[in-house]
Amino acid sequence: MIWLTWRQFRGSAVMMAAVLVVLTVVLALTGPDLASRYAAGIAGCTPDDTCDQFFDGFFDEYELLFVAVSFVVLALPALVGFFWGAPLITRELEAGTHLLVWNQSITRGRWLAVKLGLVGLVAMAAACVCGLVVTWWSDPLDKSAVPELALMAPLVFGARGIAPMGYAAFAFVLGVTVGILVRRTLPAMALTLAAFAAIQIAMPLLVRPHLMPPVSATFEVSRVNGMGPHIKERGGGSVYISMRPAVPGHLGAWVLSSDLLDPSGRTIAGMGEEAPIPVSATSGPCAPAGGPPNLDACWLEINRLGYRQQATYQPLERFWPFQWIETGIYALLTLGLTWFSFWWLRRRLS
Amino acid sequence: MNTALQAQGLGRRYGKRWALREFTIDIPAGHVVGLVGPNGAGKTTLLKLASGQLEPTAGGITVLGGRPGDTPAQLARVGFVAQDTPVYASLSVADHLRLGARLNPRWDAAMARDRIARLGLDPAQRAGRLSGGQRAQLALTLGLAKRPELLILDEPVASLDPLARREFLQGLMEATVEHQFSVVLSSHLVSDLERVCDFLIVLVDSRVQVAGEVDKLLATHHRLTGPRRDPDRLPADQHVVAARHTDRQSTYVIRTDAPIHDPAWTVTQLTLEDLVLAYMDKRTAGNRRAAVEVQR
Repeated sequence: MIWLTWRQFRGSAVMMAAVLVVLTVVLALTGPDLASRYAAGIAGCTPDDTCDQFFDGFFDEYELLFVAVSFVVLALPALVGFFWGAPLITRELEAGTHLLVWNQSITRGRWLAVKLGLVGLVAMAAACVCGLVVTWWSDPLDKSAVPELALMAPLVFGARGIAPMGYAAFAFVLGVTVGILVRRTLPAMALTLAAFAAIQIAMPLLVRPHLMPPVSATFEVSRVNGMGPHIKERGGGSVYISMRPAVPGHLGAWVLSSDLLDPSGRTIAGMGEEAPIPVSATSGPCAPAGGPPNLDACWLEINRLGYRQQATYQPLERFWPFQWIETGIYALLTLGLTWFSFWWLRRRLS
Repeated sequence: MNTALQAQGLGRRYGKRWALREFTIDIPAGHVVGLVGPNGAGKTTLLKLASGQLEPTAGGITVLGGRPGDTPAQLARVGFVAQDTPVYASLSVADHLRLGARLNPRWDAAMARDRIARLGLDPAQRAGRLSGGQRAQLALTLGLAKRPELLILDEPVASLDPLARREFLQGLMEATVEHQFSVVLSSHLVSDLERVCDFLIVLVDSRVQVAGEVDKLLATHHRLTGPRRDPDRLPADQHVVAARHTDRQSTYVIRTDAPIHDPAWTVTQLTLEDLVLAYMDKRTAGNRRAAVEVQR
């Protein structure tokens, strides 16, 4: 049965292997250079504290490649479910060949087990290799990325580490299960893609923020977590600031909420919303007059008035625990669907 | 003598519709069993129950003394060639033989190779490019080389032209003579079965109409033609299968174990086709669809 499964599957497997080899070679050739440029850049910027500028420039330069590579890792599980999972059984049902193979001296359970096992393991291995190679390659970029594309950010998180392996296993078995239920290849493929996309969107929105209780804390405002201050002429010349999805001292944290509190502790603005601050825009530390504005002094003044950032976040240290937990969740879902497909095969499909 | 297939009150329901019901039979091993009936009569359902692809809704069935399709050992003893003889389009003929060799403990590689060579099939050819007849032969080869004790074929010749039909059935017969196994094959055409079967089951509307050895069936069924007479005036041991009357004449198809002495009757032998048609007619009086199909 292993021979037959491999014989049917080898074309797709070879194609996947070719894609992975090309990806790995390209990343292996460019990776060391990327790392050494990052190291040199850090060594150069640390003494004069200009690393923010270095990060911006460095990341901008590679942003397109960074996004493309991350997209490959995100798309791979979906493609596995679409091209490997959904047609695995439906193609046999449509051609009637399940009747041929079910009447060799092999039980249907074993037939499904070998098919699921072999193709599923190849899918997991491919996603695992792809995920880890990209994680290694993009390490310097992940360290210099803007908060929206940091390692813990929803889209990037799913394209790093071992989570893609869990996604691939799940997408594959999802495709098989949908195929067993729908029995026709094209509808099964479409449904698989839709269902998988929905789950991949729901996961970071609804589940991942609560994998561990998020940290809740109050921080002084500064240019690390604040935007501005800038002066709106039309608003009577008031000084406005807003809160960014970042917290001081926890670089790369996944910020779930970042509110601005006024001196009485009331929330006056959510993440990204601007709020006026009652400081003078014509004199004092926040006035632009008199040479280049001294922003740090203005932030100090705003802090002195009692404005604070109230943030909830998942720190970067939780990256690997989250990866394991999420992979575990997908592994459980995969096992559940596997059990269901065996049950359905025995009960209903004939 | 061993039994090939035994069923007690066997039934299978799809939703509210019974595809097969109250099917009770005991077929000894060593027969070539023809299962005949119009489309939708339940033939495929019965064969799928026998090969273990379906679970019965009611009653029980044993094949070669075992539960159908439950274990690899039972699967090894029963061969099944499905309707339309499916094969893997992308695999070559040689791949199919390898598939058979890998999945069947009793695989007869020499026989499979010989058969493919005798049929003139190119082992390197993809099965998707074979003609319907060649594909059916390939599927039959897989079924035969498995060396089953019972080979089940579901409408194996339905899509073949007359020549391919004859070659297919001939190949099947040669193999049964050589390797001594039982066969159950279904068809909606009696003429296909006439040549090869020595046991017949007529299935109409999900029920068995008649079943038995062909010789015995032919010996106990007669056509009586004579002056018009009502059926209740026939002797008690003559069971009417079909009756047709004109103003002055009656034609009966009857089943009886006793000889017919009444000089008023002209007694004629039935062919197998007549016999099957008589049973189908009986069942579908007022609805000629099934009969038309058989005569086609």
